[in-house]
Amino acid sequence: MIGRRISFQNPSSRFQPTGVSSRALRGVSFSLAFAFLLTLSALAQNGGELRFCLRTEPKTFDPLLVDDDSSLSIRYLTGGVLARVNRHTQELEPELAESWKVSADGKEITFKLRRGVQFSDGTPFGADDVAFTMQRVMDPSLHSSTGDAFRSGNGAVTTKVIAADQISITFPAAVVEVDRLFDQVAIMSSHSSKKEGAVLGPFMVAEHKAGSSIRLERNAYYWKKDAQGRRLPYLDAINIDIQPNRDVEMLRFKRGELDLINALDTDYFDRLGSTSPQLVHDAGPSLDSDFMWFNQVATAPIPEYKRSWFRSANFRRAVSEVINREDISRIVYNGHAQPALGPVSPANKFWFNSSLKAVAHNPQAALELLKADGFHLQNGTLLDKSGNPVEFSIVTNAGNKPRERMSVLIQEDLSKVGIKVNLVPLDFPSLIERISQKFNYECAMLGFRNVGLDPSEQMNIWLSSAENHAWNPQQKAPETAWEAEIDKLMRAQASTSNLKKRKEAFDRVQQIVYEQAPFIYLVNQNALSAVSTSVAGANPGILYPQTFWNAERLTLNKATSARR
Amino acid sequence: MLRRIARHLASIAALVLLGGLLSATFVRMAPGFDSDERELDPTLSAESIRALRAEHAGEQNILRFYVGYLRGVLQGDLGKSHALGQPVGTLLRERWPVTLRVAGVGLLLGWLLASILAFSASLWQRPLYEIFGATLSGAFLCIPAAVLALLSVILNTPGYLAVALIVFPKIYRYSRNLLAKSYAMPHITAARARGLGELRILGWHVLPVVGPQLIALVGVTISLALGAAVPVESLCGLPGIGQLAWQAALARDLPLLVNLTLLVTLVTLFANSSADVMIHVLKPSHA
Amino acid sequence: MKTARVLSCVIVVAVCAMSLGAHWLAPAGYARQFRELPDAPPSRAHLLGTDEVGRDRFARVLYGTRISLLLAPAAALVSTALAALVGGLAGYLGGFWLKLARAFTDLFLSLPWLFLLITVRALLPLNVSPMVSVLITFLILGLLGWAASARVLSTSADGLRNSDFVLQARASGLHGPRLFLIHVLPNLKPVLYAQFWFSIPVFILSEANLGVLGLGVAEPLPSWGSLLRELEGLISFREQPWRLVPLLLLIVVMTSFQVLLSHEEVTA
Repeated sequence: MIGRRISFQNPSSRFQPTGVSSRALRGVSFSLAFAFLLTLSALAQNGGELRFCLRTEPKTFDPLLVDDDSSLSIRYLTGGVLARVNRHTQELEPELAESWKVSADGKEITFKLRRGVQFSDGTPFGADDVAFTMQRVMDPSLHSSTGDAFRSGNGAVTTKVIAADQISITFPAAVVEVDRLFDQVAIMSSHSSKKEGAVLGPFMVAEHKAGSSIRLERNAYYWKKDAQGRRLPYLDAINIDIQPNRDVEMLRFKRGELDLINALDTDYFDRLGSTSPQLVHDAGPSLDSDFMWFNQVATAPIPEYKRSWFRSANFRRAVSEVINREDISRIVYNGHAQPALGPVSPANKFWFNSSLKAVAHNPQAALELLKADGFHLQNGTLLDKSGNPVEFSIVTNAGNKPRERMSVLIQEDLSKVGIKVNLVPLDFPSLIERISQKFNYECAMLGFRNVGLDPSEQMNIWLSSAENHAWNPQQKAPETAWEAEIDKLMRAQASTSNLKKRKEAFDRVQQIVYEQAPFIYLVNQNALSAVSTSVAGANPGILYPQTFWNAERLTLNKATSARR
Repeated sequence: MLRRIARHLASIAALVLLGGLLSATFVRMAPGFDSDERELDPTLSAESIRALRAEHAGEQNILRFYVGYLRGVLQGDLGKSHALGQPVGTLLRERWPVTLRVAGVGLLLGWLLASILAFSASLWQRPLYEIFGATLSGAFLCIPAAVLALLSVILNTPGYLAVALIVFPKIYRYSRNLLAKSYAMPHITAARARGLGELRILGWHVLPVVGPQLIALVGVTISLALGAAVPVESLCGLPGIGQLAWQAALARDLPLLVNLTLLVTLVTLFANSSADVMIHVLKPSHA
Repeated sequence: MKTARVLSCVIVVAVCAMSLGAHWLAPAGYARQFRELPDAPPSRAHLLGTDEVGRDRFARVLYGTRISLLLAPAAALVSTALAALVGGLAGYLGGFWLKLARAFTDLFLSLPWLFLLITVRALLPLNVSPMVSVLITFLILGLLGWAASARVLSTSADGLRNSDFVLQARASGLHGPRLFLIHVLPNLKPVLYAQFWFSIPVFILSEANLGVLGLGVAEPLPSWGSLLRELEGLISFREQPWRLVPLLLLIVVMTSFQVLLSHEEVTA
């Protein structure tokens, strides 16, 4: 380290031929001391144990079955992937694969793999491991969501090991942006005795206390080196605690027991930011959104007259125009959010349809829309054309403070046009049962987290036959003309790799959604996080994991960690 | 005596089994039993979602599940937790010492504090003690358990202290009332007038009367302490059974919940039955 | 002690009067959102500041008092009555009934009621009016909160069954319900009053926890439970000390109740 960076010029020995010994001695001792200090500081940058919290216990440690945030975090830190989406530039970068090529028809991808890489238990990494992983992830009986993302058509996926470091994978039908999907595929060892315990990522699971904590330690065999040729990761270990309560997480961070908070609440952001602004980071608008929708299922156990309201685009658009999104951004998120107007956040620069205008807060215009459907105001209550007072309930998941506050603001907004809203916070499993199985709800409010960039990931939301078509899932045939059109457009954008054509199709989808308002989008939150000053190298972004996406390059400088 | 104990044990066993079945029924009946938040993931295919829903198929018929579970218990297998993916036996074994400490020491401290306040109010009959006890116990009763747990995180005090502060108001109120009633009886005033010392009055005239009820109270406060341990452990990050119970409830983890109910029922019944037996043993027989 | 009792009486009456006069004391109302002033500190217009969506906290405390201080004692009465019935009666009857009641009570204490409550919520219609949701909430609390006291009561009543004065009363011809009501029940007062007294704040706090299941007091109605839950987000009390006022008020009211009741508890 020292020899390469600093070169010592001993001025006294060069320019003072006489009396050289005492000056030279001083010079040498000075440089030695300097060198010693440099060594110390270099060592101070090495090692250390990062500490943070996850909200829930990871459901699985099998990288191919990951579906929840916590398991995703563990996979991100322990799994090695062929190519990684850079969380800042959003470009695909080589990881375990040095290069790759996608065939013209989009059905085949060939990877050239890095040589000399080993798993965490010393066994070598090669094309047969990639083949094993792909076969396993595409196994229909595994029901892996990572595998489902590749499932473009019926038929088996074939892998061909061309050489020890070259493999080609062929899909039955073209997969859109197939290379980017490999960011989610953590390669497993095909022959190690440790099975999923043998990993290729910077860290490996050393200890797991179910329901309490997880300890990850440095993978000594990790292949990546920094620009100076030093082995990564710099950190010795990562200690993760399971703590669902955000207040406790904040307390511990303030006390210096945690080094980062990945998703910070607005309240805490402002409170912490007022005293220690260097600790908090606002990375700008994220891809996440909060939204609500009305139940349009034909067989739902709700009164018929209510179903007719919810099925009317005028009604939905009117509700959307009554809601004051500026107030929500200002009051609930203290300015750390923007009004949303569609499924794509403006932060998604490529896919966002920039021709769409924000939905203005306009109760008068809303009343006009409602009048067109036969609604009228009487003594401050809105009545429909049959005289029923307009009243409905909004179900949402309890425990989410921003959403609860949002719903209180919306309740007040709607009361100003004579609509009575009842707020029903429910525990999450009950809520899921209502919105996906029993359909005994009227209006629901939820949010999208860790939204992906590419719209193909949302096929199951927009296809009318799919499970996640929230307002009316699993339709045998599209029940409205606009849903039929969305079906056609989504299928079109999934069947070509021409980005321009895909964007045209999806822009049109966004336009239809804007006009029909099956989802009423509320806000796009900013990505807020907190990072202790003792962590060097952190660069919080908007894509998950916001603060530790470059975990292998993070270091801890213990000298600057202090009570906040 | 032995026959009585044996009868108690048999009835405990039967009640515990009934409790397990009832709790399994409650969990199964509650909406959202077979819902999983992964269903909301748009990248999952329809088959995968169907497979997710089918995961709970083995628990649809609650009687069959319970019989299968009991059969497993007889072989030493307490089932496997869905939420944490580990055998329930291992989880309980790892965690019960923590809860014993948190709830046990907390309960002892709570009793200590409550007894000091209640006895001092009764022995030295100054209204000041009364008001002080009322205010202190009232204050801690009105603070939500979650806030007390959070305070203990802020002040870095041990978890058992939070449990003690949560349970002592109720213990204080019961015991103070019982003592006050006893002390108000005419024969105590007479004894005092005759010059009998306070401690003697306490030992010979008051305790024999309130003793049985205080012992019964001890049994009941064990349930209270276990209940208080749930929010304290969850918020303070203590890896005990309370934290496990909270996670099991959130995740509707049937195997774990049934085991936890059986454990809690067992402890409660045991505590209360021991109290009953002790009362019977200590009760002076009537002529 | 007498001055304490008088003071307590004054406090309780004052609080009741203020809550009844909420309409005049806090004309802002509990639901009106002053959106320009969310989370504001106390001022002349808003004596206790505003909450996070700009509603006047003072108004919410007053209206919340009406709901909580009316319904929580009612629910406490229900649970005390149930405890007296199950525990006291069974103890008095003895034998098989005592064993049955004890078994029932112990089981009741151990079951996970959380899931039954979730089921109850599912059975209720989504659009219940806030007042109905409040009544149902406190009814449920009353029906669930009796078990611990019942257990202690069964022991007390059991002890009384064979006591001298009961035997004497029986010998003089008093039987059945009259014996129970005149001689046994009054001696159970210590436990019953304790139960009644601490159930009030316990139910007030539990109502907020029920909100997680969709069963608590529905927005925008305020309740003490939800006001006290605001304390959870408070990392440092120095930041917003006025948020402690609902807690202090509740403590003062509860202490006053206790001082007032203490006289009743000891007299037979």
